[in-house]
Amino acid sequence: MAPAIPTDRDLRLDLFRGLALWLIYLDHIPSNIVAWITIRNYGFSDATEIFIFISGFTAAFVYGRAMRDYGFVVSSARILKRGWQIYVAHIFLFVIYMGQIAYVARGFQNPLYAEEMNILEFLQQPDIILVQALMLKFKPVNMDVLPLYIVLMVTFPPVLWLLLRNSTLALALSVLLYILTWEFGWNLPAYPGGGWIFNPFAWQLLFVFGAWCALGGADRLHDFLRSRITLAVAAVYLLFAFCITLTWHIPWLAPYVPRWLAELIYPIDKTNLDVLRFAHFLALATVTIYFVPRDWAPLKSRWLRPAILCGQHSLEIFCLGVFLAFAAYFVKVEVSPGIPMQIAVSVLGILIMIAVAWMLSWYKGATGRKAVSRTGHSPDADLAGGEG
Amino acid sequence: MRAVVLGLLGLIVTAVPGRAQDPIQPPEHNPCEVPGYILFGDAKLEHVKKSIEQHKKLTILVIGSGSSVLPGTDGANKSYPGRLEDVLRNRFPDVAIKVIAVAKSRLTAADMTQGLEKILTEQKPDLVIWQTGTVDAMRGVDPESFRTSLDEGIDHIAESGADVILMNMQYSPRTETMIALGNYADIMRVVSRDREVPLFDRREIMRYWNDNGNFDLNLATKDVATAYQVHDCLGRAMASLVVEAANLDGIKTRPTQ
Repeated sequence: MAPAIPTDRDLRLDLFRGLALWLIYLDHIPSNIVAWITIRNYGFSDATEIFIFISGFTAAFVYGRAMRDYGFVVSSARILKRGWQIYVAHIFLFVIYMGQIAYVARGFQNPLYAEEMNILEFLQQPDIILVQALMLKFKPVNMDVLPLYIVLMVTFPPVLWLLLRNSTLALALSVLLYILTWEFGWNLPAYPGGGWIFNPFAWQLLFVFGAWCALGGADRLHDFLRSRITLAVAAVYLLFAFCITLTWHIPWLAPYVPRWLAELIYPIDKTNLDVLRFAHFLALATVTIYFVPRDWAPLKSRWLRPAILCGQHSLEIFCLGVFLAFAAYFVKVEVSPGIPMQIAVSVLGILIMIAVAWMLSWYKGATGRKAVSRTGHSPDADLAGGEG
Repeated sequence: MRAVVLGLLGLIVTAVPGRAQDPIQPPEHNPCEVPGYILFGDAKLEHVKKSIEQHKKLTILVIGSGSSVLPGTDGANKSYPGRLEDVLRNRFPDVAIKVIAVAKSRLTAADMTQGLEKILTEQKPDLVIWQTGTVDAMRGVDPESFRTSLDEGIDHIAESGADVILMNMQYSPRTETMIALGNYADIMRVVSRDREVPLFDRREIMRYWNDNGNFDLNLATKDVATAYQVHDCLGRAMASLVVEAANLDGIKTRPTQ
């Protein structure tokens, strides 16, 4: 069986990160009917928000302790090492992606799609595309989260330093950067044009907010979060978002959205973490925390264990999910695009994610104890996503 | 919804009686059928209505990129602009109908707005069908610039007095993991709503055809036959949208909302 999980960690983080990883996987399979169950169809925010927030929370939890215990330099080195691991993982996935695209594209010459097939020109210029990918400027579809995570990690040491000294100031600066980004349209450049799909200058807000919560912010918000008024406001907002989202899926409902409201809220900008998305995530988190307390009994049940295991190895499982989404798309294109196949690849993919997460836990349990005593790593290191 | 589909089917059949017996389009299963909720919206084509009623003339300018063109010697007639012209001529025999296609591969929305004023002065269209979005998504054009280009283009067209229909990208299952269309499609939807111009939602229409089994768009084939059929249906659907949005015959095809 899988090793026992230390009870002092907040299993909710693992649980929801694991669930987010599953949802990201389902959303990344194009035209997948199972993706109808994912939260992006029922509100403004999606699993990416959950993933980035929890990543910020756990990064601060783990490295904040390291910074207190070992100082700025050592903890920064560990954070950068983590960033490097994510970078290597990203490039590894990129290579798999390229191999797959080259294979799928070979021999596909439907004259209906002559224009679309121009996208494959990049296969003819590997020199440019490889360098652009190494610089994180060229990012294939659905490979935008890890580059964001890398940027957030490598810039995290000074942010964490400030958070530990004056968390309110750090959060205020983060909000300021977010506002300035909206004001001046800042973004990192991408190849062949435009900016990053997940603008780091905007999305840092969620990461820093997660970190702020981990370092005492959540305690400060405790009374606020437990208040029934907050709960009611959050619930009303979730309902509002649900109704609006409904009009995207049922086109004849669209005219019921008043024109002034449509002009006010559209477009809901994912690239720059629209404030409606951020608010939706906050509302979702508020309601979740209210009904799922830290000592919620089912957290220890075997039924939630698979998701928790996936959440405890988030980097590996995230990468596996991206790979599996490629594979699922490949199977859909080459074998059968139908609904039974969509359900099959969705279920099978999640089962593979669970199996691999279980194996990683087993391996960690079998080899980890020695490693901990030798290097003196805190046993919570894997909270940051399975640091090795 | 059934009723809407049947209504639309009826419209197409009445529009082109000659095609009803065509073996590729048996009346019991029309591969071109599109649910009204995907095809029709609220925006109207006032100028088109006026031009047809008062001047018995309709000049349509199609500007677009590679997906508005088909290869082959007969490509121009078989692509959707050619099909649209055919269908409308059959539907309105006493109206002088002309469809001019100015489409070239690899043009972004910004590229197309460049020479737009000149083309508008030369051709004096009553309606501009503006197909765009694919190349912008492939190049990763800044979404805000894309939106600005759309707005500028619509401004030019409005100044010339013509109506405009926006047409978004094709649904292409093979390239779904290679081209991120979503954001650009959303922007086109927002612009069409803000500017009150009809959006021909080619992406949803073709997705419907694919999911419904009308066409297998996943097929890897060099043969142009499927492409010709898809464009034929696109031309017909576009004709239905023009007829509906310009309120040309009073036939009630709108879904009951």
